[in-house]
Amino acid sequence: MPIQSVNDFVVRFANVNGSGSASANQLFARSIMRMGVPVSPRNIFPSNIQGLPTWYEVRISEAGHMGARGGSDLLVAMNPETWGEDVADIEPGGYIFYDSSRPVPKSAFRDDLTILGMPLTEICLKHYTDPRQRQLFKNIIYVGALAALLDIDLAEIEKLIGEQFRGKDKLIAPNLQALRLGYDYAKANFACPIGVHLKRANAVGDLIFLEGNDAAGLGAVYGGATVCAWYPITPSTSLAESFMAYCKRLRVDKETGKNKFAIVQAEDELSSIGMVIGAAWNGARAFTATSGPGISLMQEFFGLAYFAEIPAVVFDVQRGGPSTGIPTRTQQSDILLAAYASHGDTKHILLLPEDPYECFEFAAQAFDLADRFQTPVFVMLDLDIGSNHRMCKPLKWDDSRQLDRGKVMTAEDLEAGKEFGRYLDVDGDGIPYRTYPGTHPKRGAYFTRGTTKDRYARYTELAAPYIDNMERLLKKFDTAKKYVPGPVLRKASRKTDLGVIYFGSTSASMHEALDMLEKDGVHVDALRVRAFPFSAEVSDFIAAHDRVFVIEQNRDGQLRTLLMVECGIDPAQLTSIPHYGGTPITARFIRKAMSDAVNKATGAGRKETIG
Amino acid sequence: MSFLPKPKFRHPAIETNDLGFTHRDYEGAISTLCAGCGHDSISAAIIKAVYELSLPPHRIAKLSGIGCSSKTPTYFLGASHGFNSVHGRMPSVLTGANLANRDLIYLGVSGDGDSASIGLGQFAHSIRRGVNMVYIVENNGVYGLTKGQFSATSDKGSKNKRGVVNNDAPIDMVSMAIELGATFVGRSFSGDKTQLVPLIKAAIEHRGAAFIDCISPCVAFNNHEGSTKSFDYVRAHNAALNALDFITPRAPISTEYEPGSTEVVRLHDGSSIRLHKIDANHNVHDRAEAMSAIHRHKAAGEIVTGLLYIDEDPQDLHTNLGTIARPLNELNAPELSPSQALLDKMNAALR
Repeated sequence: MPIQSVNDFVVRFANVNGSGSASANQLFARSIMRMGVPVSPRNIFPSNIQGLPTWYEVRISEAGHMGARGGSDLLVAMNPETWGEDVADIEPGGYIFYDSSRPVPKSAFRDDLTILGMPLTEICLKHYTDPRQRQLFKNIIYVGALAALLDIDLAEIEKLIGEQFRGKDKLIAPNLQALRLGYDYAKANFACPIGVHLKRANAVGDLIFLEGNDAAGLGAVYGGATVCAWYPITPSTSLAESFMAYCKRLRVDKETGKNKFAIVQAEDELSSIGMVIGAAWNGARAFTATSGPGISLMQEFFGLAYFAEIPAVVFDVQRGGPSTGIPTRTQQSDILLAAYASHGDTKHILLLPEDPYECFEFAAQAFDLADRFQTPVFVMLDLDIGSNHRMCKPLKWDDSRQLDRGKVMTAEDLEAGKEFGRYLDVDGDGIPYRTYPGTHPKRGAYFTRGTTKDRYARYTELAAPYIDNMERLLKKFDTAKKYVPGPVLRKASRKTDLGVIYFGSTSASMHEALDMLEKDGVHVDALRVRAFPFSAEVSDFIAAHDRVFVIEQNRDGQLRTLLMVECGIDPAQLTSIPHYGGTPITARFIRKAMSDAVNKATGAGRKETIG
Repeated sequence: MSFLPKPKFRHPAIETNDLGFTHRDYEGAISTLCAGCGHDSISAAIIKAVYELSLPPHRIAKLSGIGCSSKTPTYFLGASHGFNSVHGRMPSVLTGANLANRDLIYLGVSGDGDSASIGLGQFAHSIRRGVNMVYIVENNGVYGLTKGQFSATSDKGSKNKRGVVNNDAPIDMVSMAIELGATFVGRSFSGDKTQLVPLIKAAIEHRGAAFIDCISPCVAFNNHEGSTKSFDYVRAHNAALNALDFITPRAPISTEYEPGSTEVVRLHDGSSIRLHKIDANHNVHDRAEAMSAIHRHKAAGEIVTGLLYIDEDPQDLHTNLGTIARPLNELNAPELSPSQALLDKMNAALR
């Protein structure tokens, strides 16, 4: 029986990298959003520019589930190389749309599938002579065919094409023609629509659609960053490029045409973070964007910045490690690396955004926190939210918001005779005052170095001032708990002794899994941590539940370790549910893993009630 | 070991510069380097150069990496902000600092281990970016703080204190700097103040990447027979290409040279360098000639010193980046953060 589902299914495009499919696939996803139906697309791509297989998976969910689902209901099979595994991955009773220009043996399909063959190459050969056009328009033609098969409003796609090629009007007509070609063929040759299809809905509202990296780049502009030093690394490159693009648009002085920003592509990650630290030491807001291997390379500098108390904002768009690991796959596996980055006793502030909205918000906030606490702040994105389009709340900015530049002593303060000790805790919060170089002719200059110093930044190697300084740094870190974004609690519909802690890109799948578990009769209170250091709410939450699951996308349960160590939690109380194959975590996975764990603990009696 | 401030006593009739500062106002803490260390002479030359240029000390930022040379910023310009950073990474920190505030004078102090070994990459890239700075390498051919290992500038065949011969080819930092596009390149010797002080002054006034390789013998580990960085060896093999006077519009010219052998190089701020050519063939405006002079003298067993190359009209990193004239660290919320209205527009375009 073919799958029947309206506004709730997954379409998986299997393409060849470099064939120009990306923009056509995005056109497909956007047109669905324009019909008021939420979508969450994901690029699954290799470390390659041309030739290797790539997939684009679009989850369509009127209920608004943005997490990856797993499996596909309709396969758009445009890559013979991955045919076998792609076909195997289709849900029972699913659909396959493929290029039938060359015959495919019946044995290559499955009996339960609805087979939709369309001679795409043949059509292209007939209509186009230019080889590049044949390739590019093939993509648009299949979008047209899908519009007919899935009942997508053709007018929405036509409108999007018009928007996409605004200013390059010559391209509009041939694209519309290709779209129509596919649409008409499908209408004439298939029973449209098929069992899975769209129906106009009103579930999108004012949500916007963008990549986390893009949002973070814009957040850095709003947050007042003026210096960016970076080194290309997947999947963080688009963050620096987004900052660059927004700066060119928003930060060029109208009168002089000069830039109110400086962006340097450094020779490596060490140099990137060195420049960030130099710029921030000198009073500019500065950041770098990188991924795990870059964080490893920057370690020594993080220690210097921590001990010398210099602000720095670091965006870590996490991927699978190591350097030749799975650079184009997602993970949350830099948590411990970043939390304790560098040698010596160091701890750093981490921010854990769940979607592009928080990428924007936390990016801007990171600069305030870095200045306020004079320390590195890590914004921990990952590939799943960083380099995929995601729907989220519209971005917000309070026009009256001032940049919090932290405790900076001015020339007037120094002139008035205010006491200046670079590492002196004046207010009891562990945060000292600093001066920017060049402030005052006679006062406020100091020598910046690691830990061989006293409260007045004078050189010393003695134990007492060393300990004094280290204790103050701890106090400062403790103060940060009140400033970082607090955790978000989602209570179960009834009282429960089960809890779950999660963070970052796991959010979407977690919320869906919680809905499923509720229906299964498993009630779980959920806490999303949004930052490190953890506030008291986090340890209170753990204390209030007999058993707490920690869901994360790494092998070793890194957040769990951090919770155990920093909140003094008994390991037995925290059950790790790791997901680390490089694919985004799904609600199905979470539901099964949690159900299994609960069943194991409570015996077979409850098994029937839990799916 | 602790911080040793210098006593504030001074002669009542001590000379002052145009800003009313005495040379004492440009000093730092008491040096903890070995007695007789060449680096202390370089610190003294820096103090003298900045005093004579009448620069407000707080408008200078001094940055260093790790090593004996990198400790020296503590011993000069006590009223300037200083930054003792990470081994081999001073150039990136300095570059960042310069991006944040283009109005300060940046003095990068490094050593041969710091810049020719661990920091070779950062040295190279800061030079090729044209960062407006004075980059001084205090070059003693040896790792002093870790007690006498060869550095990458040690000459092939030179011996360490225990008699071990270095078999690796040396890195010549001035040739590299010229090759990489430095717009001011000089070499000097810590024992030759008359050459070093005007060279530093000219480098400070130069508005681009200025590099000075200063040979600075290590009295503890590299001042013996068989070393090519000892006081005796450098004195005996020093081939100065030119002698120079740095002339500000205010300062009178004191030295006299043979007519016909001098050339005046004008700098942007109205000051100039008067070059006395010792090697009549050397043209300081010609990169290829500078490289050839270095190689020619090296083949003859000599170390060339003096101003080797200058481009009086350099383009610095800020010019290339097109940054505004105001320091970036002075900008604040209204100029940096766009409005909600703009965000509304962007939100609308993302649907």
